[in-house]
Amino acid sequence: MTIKGKAYIAGIFEHPTRHAPDKSTAQLHAEVAKGAIEDAGISKDDIDAYFCAGDAPGGAWPMVDYLGLNTKKLRHVDSTETGGCSYIIHLGHAAEAIAAGKCSIALITLAGKPRTGAMPPRAQGAEADFETAYGATTHNAYGMCAMRHMHDYGTTSEQLAWIKVAASHHAQYNPHAMLKDVVTVEDVLNSPMISDPLHRMDCCVVSDGGGALIVTTPEIARSLKKPLVKLIGHGEAMKGPRGGKDLDLTYSAGIWSGPRAFEEAGITPKDIKYASIYDSFTITVLMQLEDLGFCKKGEGGKFVADGNLISGVGKLPFNTDGGGLCSNHPVNRGGMTKILEAVRQLRGEAHPKVQVKNCDLAIAHGTGGLLGVRHAASTAILERV
Amino acid sequence: MADAKKYPAPVTNPETAAFWDAAKQGKFMIKRCTACGEAHYFPRSICPFCYSDKTVWEEASGEGTIYTWSLMRKSPTGPYAIGYVTLKEGPSLQTNFVDCDLEKLKIGQKVKVVFKPTDGAPLPFFTPA
Repeated sequence: MTIKGKAYIAGIFEHPTRHAPDKSTAQLHAEVAKGAIEDAGISKDDIDAYFCAGDAPGGAWPMVDYLGLNTKKLRHVDSTETGGCSYIIHLGHAAEAIAAGKCSIALITLAGKPRTGAMPPRAQGAEADFETAYGATTHNAYGMCAMRHMHDYGTTSEQLAWIKVAASHHAQYNPHAMLKDVVTVEDVLNSPMISDPLHRMDCCVVSDGGGALIVTTPEIARSLKKPLVKLIGHGEAMKGPRGGKDLDLTYSAGIWSGPRAFEEAGITPKDIKYASIYDSFTITVLMQLEDLGFCKKGEGGKFVADGNLISGVGKLPFNTDGGGLCSNHPVNRGGMTKILEAVRQLRGEAHPKVQVKNCDLAIAHGTGGLLGVRHAASTAILERV
Repeated sequence: MADAKKYPAPVTNPETAAFWDAAKQGKFMIKRCTACGEAHYFPRSICPFCYSDKTVWEEASGEGTIYTWSLMRKSPTGPYAIGYVTLKEGPSLQTNFVDCDLEKLKIGQKVKVVFKPTDGAPLPFFTPA
């Protein structure tokens, strides 16, 4: 069975806030749910499936209750937790459930406030005694990948900096972006070293906020008023050190999730007009572009240089909302915003300065967890009908 | 040096207790599968490669090379260098580099294990050989 064309994204919403000390986390979930429901033009009582991840206070059942979802109708729940890419996985799972007839209108929410206060630590795995003391954080876990990528392939800090430069070119047009200033390669290289070889400007923002999606059947989507965006391919995968054998931090689980999604969609990376690539750090983008097949392994540095990711300038416009590097990284989880901007591009609703012409095929891809330790990846390929 | 840094004591569990008991004797242990011959780290009772339960403890040389590293410039406990070491016996593992100039670490550099005390069993770290 395939999910190709079986599910459409009918409603989207990105919370405009980037700092919400005056709101509760549950409230933010409700606000993004309301936004996506209104965008789709449905009633909340029509929702028969709910998807959330570790950021939802208490998990699925407290959220279903708090959100006032119609429990007489709700018949499918999924709280898959894979960090930042959870919501891309949810999108695929929603399509599977819709294709199997298990639900017809799914709501997916993400929200939280890491800028207001520290997030609770994640539950520990079997590795805890053998790793926790060494202080793997996001910065150094991605730094370790960048260090080895530079060693193996000659990737440079200048090349990584181009990713941030491209994101900043896009963010200048996003009124909600946290960082709206256009920056140069030199600005990135001159920003303080955080965890070698990553500078401060290689790192994404920390923001409060959230986002939500409504995923539905082709029939219901056609009965609504929004431009039609359908899911045509989806993949998910996981990677870890696996007992320490053949450790290679220069590739991610995207090397598996990407081809799965492209195969299902029946297209190749060359067909993609717009790419949303999770940009927790510049190195995340570079490695994902290689793993997804936009260039060969090791050639990501060359691919991203000289503005190749800038809309209207380069060959592969990416993260035209400014991405996590400049605009928004709600709850330290970038998967949701990746889908949202891809849908805006396909609907023709991106800012005119960054809207890709004739944008009919887009990819939304993300990772979750720590790239240099253990992580998941998920890839969604979307088509405008 | 940042050796005053306090490290958390391992919680330990029945599957890994032998590792920590050996660490108290200054021995660095890995697990090897007698069915497929592969060594792995961190230790499991079931071989993660062939799923045999015929895994045995083996004292490792404690020698290896740096696979990668990253120096965290600031933290509440000061700068520290995280990385992966590939052991002479094969498996790679996550660690911190200690007792050296953290800005001069290099991929491929030879390192050796050194234990640091906690309130419980000591923890393995690596330092240039």
